[in-house]
Amino acid sequence: MSFWEYANPRRFMALSAKIQPWVWAAATVLCATGLIWGFFFTPEDFRMGNSVKIIYIHVPSAFIAINAWFMMLVASLIWLIRRHHVSALAARAAAPIGLIMTIVALLTGAIWGKPMWGTYWEWDPRLTSFLILGLFYLGYSALWSAIEEPDAAADLTSILCLVGTVFAVLSRYAAQFWSQGLHQGASLSLDAEENVADVFWQPLVISLAGFVALFLALVLMRTRTEIRRRRLSTLTARDRLA
Amino acid sequence: MTLTITDLACRRGQITVLRGVSLSVAAGEALVLRGPNGAGKTTLLRTLAGLTPPIAGTVDPDICAYAAHADGLKGQLTVAENLTFWASIFGTADIAPAVAAFDLAPLLHRRAADLSAGQKRRTSLARLPLTGRKVWLLDEPTVSLDAANVALFGRAVAAHLGTGGSAILATHIDLGLPDVRTLDILQFAARHAAPVTDDPFAEALE
Amino acid sequence: MIALLARDLRLAIRAGGGFGLGLAFFLILATLVPLGVGPDATLLRPIGPGILWLGALLACLLSLDRIFALDLEDGSLDLLATAPIPLEGVATIKALTHWITTGLPLTVAAPALSLLLFLPTSALPWLVVSLLIGTPALSWLGTFGAALTVGLKRGSLLLSLLVLPLYIPTLVFGAEVVRRGGDGLSVATPLALLAAITLGCVAVLPFATAAALRINLR
Repeated sequence: MSFWEYANPRRFMALSAKIQPWVWAAATVLCATGLIWGFFFTPEDFRMGNSVKIIYIHVPSAFIAINAWFMMLVASLIWLIRRHHVSALAARAAAPIGLIMTIVALLTGAIWGKPMWGTYWEWDPRLTSFLILGLFYLGYSALWSAIEEPDAAADLTSILCLVGTVFAVLSRYAAQFWSQGLHQGASLSLDAEENVADVFWQPLVISLAGFVALFLALVLMRTRTEIRRRRLSTLTARDRLA
Repeated sequence: MTLTITDLACRRGQITVLRGVSLSVAAGEALVLRGPNGAGKTTLLRTLAGLTPPIAGTVDPDICAYAAHADGLKGQLTVAENLTFWASIFGTADIAPAVAAFDLAPLLHRRAADLSAGQKRRTSLARLPLTGRKVWLLDEPTVSLDAANVALFGRAVAAHLGTGGSAILATHIDLGLPDVRTLDILQFAARHAAPVTDDPFAEALE
Repeated sequence: MIALLARDLRLAIRAGGGFGLGLAFFLILATLVPLGVGPDATLLRPIGPGILWLGALLACLLSLDRIFALDLEDGSLDLLATAPIPLEGVATIKALTHWITTGLPLTVAAPALSLLLFLPTSALPWLVVSLLIGTPALSWLGTFGAALTVGLKRGSLLLSLLVLPLYIPTLVFGAEVVRRGGDGLSVATPLALLAAITLGCVAVLPFATAAALRINLR
């Protein structure tokens, strides 16, 4: 039995109904462990004090924000090449989650940035690229909801996703280039891995895994919703015709 | 046969409108599509023209010239400019025969925006011979034409058929063509055909 | 294809506003910015390149929704799609027409407007060069966006939302060329990147545009 069998909506609904509770359970356990461990059972950083603990939300949400787009890219390619409806709907389902994660990453970053850098916002390349990523999510979702015919919407948003990926990556390098061009040598770095010691690292990995599970659970749930909505539109369209 | 179509399935939006469409037109023959509004005449013609990809079956849009409801004229350009444009797109050198056939000579240097609806329609139809294609696909070609112009158009189609061309028309008006067959497309309506699931969302999901 | 280019250019001239509208918008923007931020040369000089590039970007955006919408309304897009020329060619010609009617006039007018923003004379050649190289990318990207939204009601607002993020790299590198040129620094890197984006757009986007058009016509 091939993996592609699950591209059939009915099989996907059956399978996802079964695995959904487990993914939710994994997300809850991992998020709770990672966050509680991170918040209450790690020492304070000698430089950053208590505020460092926001990385347990900030880093995972940023990770999901970027990778949700790549998931959408893969799903769009599968739709364009193999015409599996579930794939297109999964891409649609992932977009708002990616947008929310981008906003969470930006907000937690701002909250963290205030005590650390003395400012909520800095046109640092990383921050700028996240803002731009948010714009791409907005455009993608807006196009989905603007087009009435579902197959055409799936096709057009997939094409936008492909072109958008290229330009999102380009924008990231443009932001790097431009920021260095403005202020010589950006003194602010958000690179978490560099200055995180082992005590912080372990709970971070767990909450990262928790966020991945949370993302999967949300995508499953929203894809199921999209599939039902699509079925509804097929039925009403058939009804109108009959 | 100039054009033979077998077992074609057409869609409008996400709905399968026609299924199992089989038709053929020979050189010099005209095929009139009959059926009430919404039966899928326009859908079929758009599919034959290659605009809407068929769900099943194959079409040959490269031998077809399509004339839609819309005139496809640019109001700011003169009749001559409009026709010359389409002639050069389709690689036809001379617009004079088409102008003569549709009696457009007095209008040639008038802006298309200043024409009456019927004159626009005639200009739009004059594009057909310029395409140099065998099969004309005509969707309600006589809309806003008066009796004299319907006769004029009928003669133009007859001339096309006389030179070995063919035509597929969706029309309710008798054009006075010599060799006409009619095809009732209601027989292909998807809801009368056996239910085939080509939309995976049509079956129960849970 | 030449016939299509000639027809669209003729339409742009006859319809009025084809050439002038974007240009007028560009002029108004260059006038309003000093009115908004104050006439101080030390303030205007550093933001000049950015403002001019931003103006070019927005002026391009103004006429995007007309690229395919007019042809769709009167039915000629259907006819073009069934014509023996490839739809990719149609997309290229449409983008080229858009560039000739907006990008090119903007490039020509930019030096005059740069005086309003106290741009140093050393930056002028680079302003012209960067606009000449960068604005085609704006037209080709805009044509792609127009093809995505062609059948939609109130598509023009959505079009801006889709196209503006795609304009970011061009804006960044274009303004950087002018800024560096004005400061007497080397412009090689941003200019090369700007040219690379434009060439990439011209080479690849017509295929995406044609695909989007086919989907919207069916």
